[in-house]
Amino acid sequence: MSSFTLKAPLSQPTASAGKTRRQRHPAALAITALVAAAVLLPILAVIVMAFSGTGADWPHLARYVLPQSVTTTFVLLALVAFGSSVLGVGCAWLVVAYEFPLRRTFAWALVLPLAVPPYLAAYAFGEFFHYVGPVQTGIRTLFGFTRPGDYWFPDIRTTAGAAIVMTSVTFPYVYLTARVVFVMQGRNIADVARTLGAAPARVFWRVLLPVARPAIVAGVALVLMETVNDFGAVQYLGVRTLTLAIYSTWLNRGSLEGAAQIAVVMLFLVFILLTAEQMARRKQRFHSARGTQMKARPPRIALSGWRACGAFAVALVPILAGFGIPLAVFGRYALNRLDQFAEPALAEALVTSIGTALATAVLAIAVALLLLYAARLVRTRRMVFLVRFATIGYAMPGTILALGLLISLARFDNFIDGLAREYMGLSTGLLLTGSAAAVVLACAIRFLALAEGAVQAGLEKLPPNLDEAARSLGRSAPASAATILLPLLKPAIFTAGILVFVDTVKELSATILLRPFGFNTLATYVYENASRGAVEEGAMAALFIIATAIVPVILLSGPLMRDRDL
Amino acid sequence: MFDTSSKLRVGLAALSVAAGASLFPLSAQAEGTVNIYTYRQPDLIKPLLDAFTEETGIDTEVLFLDQGLEDRIAAEGENSPADVILTVDIGRLVNAKEKGVTQPVVDNQTINENIPAQYRDPEGHWIGLTTRGRVIYASKDRVEQDTITYEELADPKWKGKICMRSGQHNYNIALFASMIANLGEEQAEEWMKGLKENLARKPGGNDRGQAQAIYAGECDLGLGNTYYVGLMMNNDEEPEQKEWADAIKVLFPNSEDRGTHVNISGMALAKHAPNKENALELMEFLSSAEAQAIYAEENYEYPVLPSAEVSETVQSFGEIKPDTLPLADIAAQRKAASEMVDRVGLDDGPAS
Repeated sequence: MSSFTLKAPLSQPTASAGKTRRQRHPAALAITALVAAAVLLPILAVIVMAFSGTGADWPHLARYVLPQSVTTTFVLLALVAFGSSVLGVGCAWLVVAYEFPLRRTFAWALVLPLAVPPYLAAYAFGEFFHYVGPVQTGIRTLFGFTRPGDYWFPDIRTTAGAAIVMTSVTFPYVYLTARVVFVMQGRNIADVARTLGAAPARVFWRVLLPVARPAIVAGVALVLMETVNDFGAVQYLGVRTLTLAIYSTWLNRGSLEGAAQIAVVMLFLVFILLTAEQMARRKQRFHSARGTQMKARPPRIALSGWRACGAFAVALVPILAGFGIPLAVFGRYALNRLDQFAEPALAEALVTSIGTALATAVLAIAVALLLLYAARLVRTRRMVFLVRFATIGYAMPGTILALGLLISLARFDNFIDGLAREYMGLSTGLLLTGSAAAVVLACAIRFLALAEGAVQAGLEKLPPNLDEAARSLGRSAPASAATILLPLLKPAIFTAGILVFVDTVKELSATILLRPFGFNTLATYVYENASRGAVEEGAMAALFIIATAIVPVILLSGPLMRDRDL
Repeated sequence: MFDTSSKLRVGLAALSVAAGASLFPLSAQAEGTVNIYTYRQPDLIKPLLDAFTEETGIDTEVLFLDQGLEDRIAAEGENSPADVILTVDIGRLVNAKEKGVTQPVVDNQTINENIPAQYRDPEGHWIGLTTRGRVIYASKDRVEQDTITYEELADPKWKGKICMRSGQHNYNIALFASMIANLGEEQAEEWMKGLKENLARKPGGNDRGQAQAIYAGECDLGLGNTYYVGLMMNNDEEPEQKEWADAIKVLFPNSEDRGTHVNISGMALAKHAPNKENALELMEFLSSAEAQAIYAEENYEYPVLPSAEVSETVQSFGEIKPDTLPLADIAAQRKAASEMVDRVGLDDGPAS
């Protein structure tokens, strides 16, 4: 591990040092193992499900489904990876390095698309670019066309269209991670490069981009996992990804085992991708030893004239696409239904959504901290692998992951109930699966990758010698974690919490499968209407989702506007 | 990090306590309730359940759940709170039976009298409550003929003129299963290939979207369920849907031979129903004249009770002659139909 820290030696513990530590914290490790096991439970259940199958679905899948859906999935992923990194990195660089009209507003507004669930974005794009939608109607009025055949218009219901939709609402992950690096670490190195005579473009390509690469990749990884697990958007757009094959195998051909098998293969592919990337950049790690010097506001290059207009447009388009279009489409429907605004059911759904999202954020952060701290403490490759594996659930379609959890939890519930009946003569019923606990657990496991990613990014920025210094001065490991690391990690924890909160507010598939009676979130409210072909009835709830997600997004952007660390 | 963070934190904490309280609603196992796991949207069945509660004093608890409904009940096992399952599509009902999460209701006189035998599982594991035709929406302006057959959808004269939602959707799978049951697998596959070549675009959207596409001039024919037309015609909140409905006419395929493919919405008694008596009362109620009339009037579905009236809107489409093929035969061909959709590549759209 080459490090920019001059005080590096302590960051390279030997294997034997790891071992002695491990012996010192058996309790901590046992707890960690238990938590990791709980997190892995649904994934393991899906794997068990997959192996309980006969493989009878494979001849059909291999011949007629996989060649096409694997290709489609990879093309979609490649397009989304390209789109989100260009958009995310480009916009981040633009607002960090240049001065143009409304730059400060753009700095936080570029995060807004994160508030829009992909399935709603797909629907909004479909309506917006439809023949009877505003765009095509405008074109016809402008040019005097009267029929569909009179002019050419790109179809949104294609792989490229799906890539545009997914990119529009997920690129902020890359924007957020890239921006932090540009603001913080990059500037120092960039300044050095510039004093040595490098041109700005050269500084960007040769210095900043390589330094930001781990952060960009972390952002793109989240984008890709969200793309892989998406069902609602690709189904609406008719793009046949592997996830769609999972659903048709399960629901139309009655083979849950076959569906689980595809899910496991898909998980394996994602895992290989992630691991390969991590191996590729293992030798590049950039620590900043002197955090205090970076708060000086870096000078920006002021743009004027057409350049300023160009920058303005480049930053505006992604916001209009990922946020403006959904807002316009659902806003128009909601205007016809203003009475819904006061509906008690909607208010209840709002409270439930917020409660679930808060509980999930707290749980996910606690688990992420525990796992990451254990990894930092132990530093064995096995532990790092375990932590990575535990977060892979994000790449799995929500329903399948939730099904894995449901099956394991229900077994646990029924086991406890059986014991209670036998020894105490009473029934405990379904303790977990009968309550909202299952929903919170499922969402926390599902979005652990978000919490882990954000906290990990914060942790990586802290030189490893910090807590070791504290420990060498006699503090115990937990005490040095609590008094040294935790306060320094506060910004990262805050980011993690917000990302998990926002995604939980948007979450649909696990919630709908696991919720108890009377448990309605905004997302389930929207879906109940969409499932009978009346999305417009859920428009007000859709706006509530977007609004609920905006609040934390803006909180997240507060520090962005002040150009400080996240 | 925030200067105002302490205030914020207090606010968030208060909010989380309030919200946390709502996370654990009281479980619904009190006497005088019936617990419903439904694939049908709660708003759609609410008028029926309200009428039921008014008449019997039994409260209803509704859990909407689509994908995985049967799997959830199976996982919950003996402790499952589910009393009844309400669902659309014969496939779901048969799947519930095959998963072993239902129990038979055989000698219930009310149900047997109200619901014709063809809409009941021979072993009593499910009953149908309403039917809907899978019909063809045709452009009023551009399609002259007033009769059609499903077979004709493969006729090259419709090349580039047909729109439909995904071939893997429940409703289309059931239609294709009926084609396999009626024509045999080989002929059905030839038919599906022809249908694919006639598509105007890649399948996508929902049933209403096909009417919208005809209105827009993107295609001349669309596949859709009957009740959507009723819902669009009477949609006061989105008046443009009235225009879509106005652009199409409903053609009942194969009216002159075997009849139009119909699917059902139905219900089943859960295997471990904790409130079995109440559940049976609900089943009886939903088959009654009162409930069947609500289904017909509010949802534009066809009631299964022979004496119940079809809504005026639906009557305006013309008479439906349902295909008499047993529903169980359709359900048996679902897997074959789903595989055929993949094999033919129907969802890829026309080869251009």
